[in-house]
Amino acid sequence: MMVHTIDLDHSRFKHIVRGAIRRDLKKHIANGAMIARQGAKTVSIPLPQIDLPRFRFGSNEGGSGVGQGEGEVGDPAPGEPQPGRAEAGEAPGEHALEVEVTLEELAKILGEELQLPNIQPKGKKQVTTEVHRYTGLRRIGPASLRHLRRTFKRALKREIASGRFGPKGGMVVPIRDDMRYRAWDPRTIPESNAVILYMMDVSGSMGDEQKEIVRIEAFWIDTWLRSQYRHIETRYIVHDAEAKEVDQHTFFHLRESGGTKISSAYELCNTLIDRDYPPDEWNIYPLHFSDGDNWSGGDTARCLELLRHQLLPKVNVFCYGQVRSTYGSGQFKTDLDNAFPDEPRVLTSDIPDKEGIMASIREFLGSGK
Amino acid sequence: MTLPPELQREQARIRDIASECGLDFFETIFEMVDGDGMNTVASYEGFPVRYRHWRFGMGYDQISKSYAWGMSKIYELVINNDPCYAYLLRGNSTVDQKLVMAHVYGHCDFFKNNLWFQPTNRRMVDELASHATRIQRHMDREGFDEVEAFLDSCLSIENLIDIYSPYTTPPAARSAQAREEEEDRAVIRFRAKDYMESFINPPEFLAEQRQRLEAERKRKPAFPERPERDVMRFLLENAPLKSWQRDTLGMIRDEAYYFAPQRLTKIMNEGWASYWHSRMMTGHLLEPGEIIEYAERHAGAMAVQPGRINPYKIGIELFRDIEERWNRGRFGKEYEECDDLDARRAWDTGLGEGRTKIFEVRRIYNDVTFIDEFLTPEFCDAQRLFTYEWNAKTNRREITSRDFGDIKGQLLRSLANGGQPIIEVVEGNYANRGELVLRHRHDDADLQLGQARETLTHVHRLWTRPVHLETTVEGRARRLSYDGKTHEMGDR
Repeated sequence: MMVHTIDLDHSRFKHIVRGAIRRDLKKHIANGAMIARQGAKTVSIPLPQIDLPRFRFGSNEGGSGVGQGEGEVGDPAPGEPQPGRAEAGEAPGEHALEVEVTLEELAKILGEELQLPNIQPKGKKQVTTEVHRYTGLRRIGPASLRHLRRTFKRALKREIASGRFGPKGGMVVPIRDDMRYRAWDPRTIPESNAVILYMMDVSGSMGDEQKEIVRIEAFWIDTWLRSQYRHIETRYIVHDAEAKEVDQHTFFHLRESGGTKISSAYELCNTLIDRDYPPDEWNIYPLHFSDGDNWSGGDTARCLELLRHQLLPKVNVFCYGQVRSTYGSGQFKTDLDNAFPDEPRVLTSDIPDKEGIMASIREFLGSGK
Repeated sequence: MTLPPELQREQARIRDIASECGLDFFETIFEMVDGDGMNTVASYEGFPVRYRHWRFGMGYDQISKSYAWGMSKIYELVINNDPCYAYLLRGNSTVDQKLVMAHVYGHCDFFKNNLWFQPTNRRMVDELASHATRIQRHMDREGFDEVEAFLDSCLSIENLIDIYSPYTTPPAARSAQAREEEEDRAVIRFRAKDYMESFINPPEFLAEQRQRLEAERKRKPAFPERPERDVMRFLLENAPLKSWQRDTLGMIRDEAYYFAPQRLTKIMNEGWASYWHSRMMTGHLLEPGEIIEYAERHAGAMAVQPGRINPYKIGIELFRDIEERWNRGRFGKEYEECDDLDARRAWDTGLGEGRTKIFEVRRIYNDVTFIDEFLTPEFCDAQRLFTYEWNAKTNRREITSRDFGDIKGQLLRSLANGGQPIIEVVEGNYANRGELVLRHRHDDADLQLGQARETLTHVHRLWTRPVHLETTVEGRARRLSYDGKTHEMGDR
């Protein structure tokens, strides 16, 4: 008596969820809340407007009720999280539905909404990689690769042929000759690898707000590129007057003070590429975020030279995002634009605030490179 | 799929034992389903066929995910129908299956005998399948999106019914004559001696009174005549709906009335079924080797999440408490007025009426009357009940009281009207402009404003003229309005 129309309802629901995320994509992008809820492969997005509205009780606080358990009057009710960690979603009456969306799905939504072209990996055919696949059998090998079924089959055949095994009984004991082992073949497959090199200015003028913007933008670019490449690596470089490589957490939380020498970051970036990512095997995406203040015109000239002669020949695109801050002059973007007026591989974008993130993503990823 | 032979044998045995215990149920048909089948049926609220709507898909999404992650597993699912249908999860151990079957017979008995289930349609499996067909036909004719959007609106007001109306006869409309007499009487006239008449009852005053009444009578009768709690019915009868819309709204309303008694008797129903599975399992069904597994399962079902109420737990404990009290005569004036603690504790008149009493209770009570009548200070104390409230300063919920009166009051408030706010239509032609005024009968709890606005949007879609909701927000009398374009909130 089961009729599985539930699948129809389920896919309809997923369609609605996608629609809801798309409709408010700008809002979701602008508020970084979902990044904090990121799992390995999914993010959970609170979508209060999905469930059907009702006239229902619920002050905008945690409400009241009856519970069961130990405790004195005035104690926190059993099961309450420790002070300082209020979870709004727990409160009765707050029906913010949390929807799990895979990163892949999210990238798809982003792509559809921003009309991003699929990326054409450079030199698709040249970049190959060798993998091992277990495809055959052989007669010698380590015990750990023993193919039990085939071994048994051989033994069975032999025992039956020799008449020692039949309907009346008998035992199947494999001898050395019956043993079969898995064998592998090396195979070359075209592979597209990509590396994202994040660079950020952490000098005194970059505040928390600016870093938050960088973090959100990095998350989305990451999500998109991950949907485009099978294998992706990320490296993080921070710089003020000097550049150094750091891990992800440090990248977003470090706060230095002092001057800014952008060329230091470009140099380090160039070194990393030369050392770890040969350009004919890797799609390379250096992304630089700064508030546009550089130490001196001389250093800017050095940056431009590095870009023109070292970086640009190696990378797919070079993206520069300029986060507007109260202290930054914003000169660097102008310099870049003037130096590379017709270079399609240099993409620059001005991000005034969180609302501007979406437009900036489009500028970076819209080229399909 | 039907049951394998060994479970069929168990079922026959459990059915016989249940009958011997005095349970009286519809024929019960068990279906064996796999995990996904169970999740599907659960998303459809127990029924094999429902109309197409994404909210079932949403339920399925949540249930199946939490099942896949091992966070929850649905053991038992039974629907109020004649015959009763219940589902067993394939792959569960025999103990689990026996436990579920015993539990299900408890529910079936409750469905069949509890007063509040009497008006429900016992052919609901067929009825809901036919609703699905009818709605599908509307979808084919009017377009899927159109019907789906309309269903959204219907479903968003499905809690606006008068859940007690199936148990009462509507008061007959007053006859014109009766109304006249009543109004005549309303002219105030003091008794006076003849010569004092013109002083005590001055003619001008009487004339004025008469005039006022006359004017009142002439005024158009109120519409609706008295506040209508069944908002769905009011819209069904008075909103400008097309015939397919009326048909659809009517179906959703019927379904709401069918499911309402389950909300009204959640604690009792689960308590009763748990009481009986516990009785039958420990008294008859368990093999010695199964005791530990049963105990673990039973404890799992009764487990109290910290700071919450588990209807299974409260229900079973209350039924056991009642049985105990009526067995030992621990009720009535003498017991209540006994001040001697030791005497109270040892009280035993040897009455032995416990079993009879709980059967009576399961027949005529619902959760509200059940708690009102049988919750005792001793019980609250033994079960460690408390009330809690949100403390904005510390940003957490805190225990506010362990006082019997407070607990009972809070519990009753949360159960009243099935836990739903009482919303009624007070005016269907407001300001003579055909606007609809709903009123929230506010006691204690506010409505969630965001949700209320969204819901008003749906009400507007049905009513098509501006709609208003009178409620109280943080102690202030407010009126939310929606005219199809903008939401407003003003004082009233």
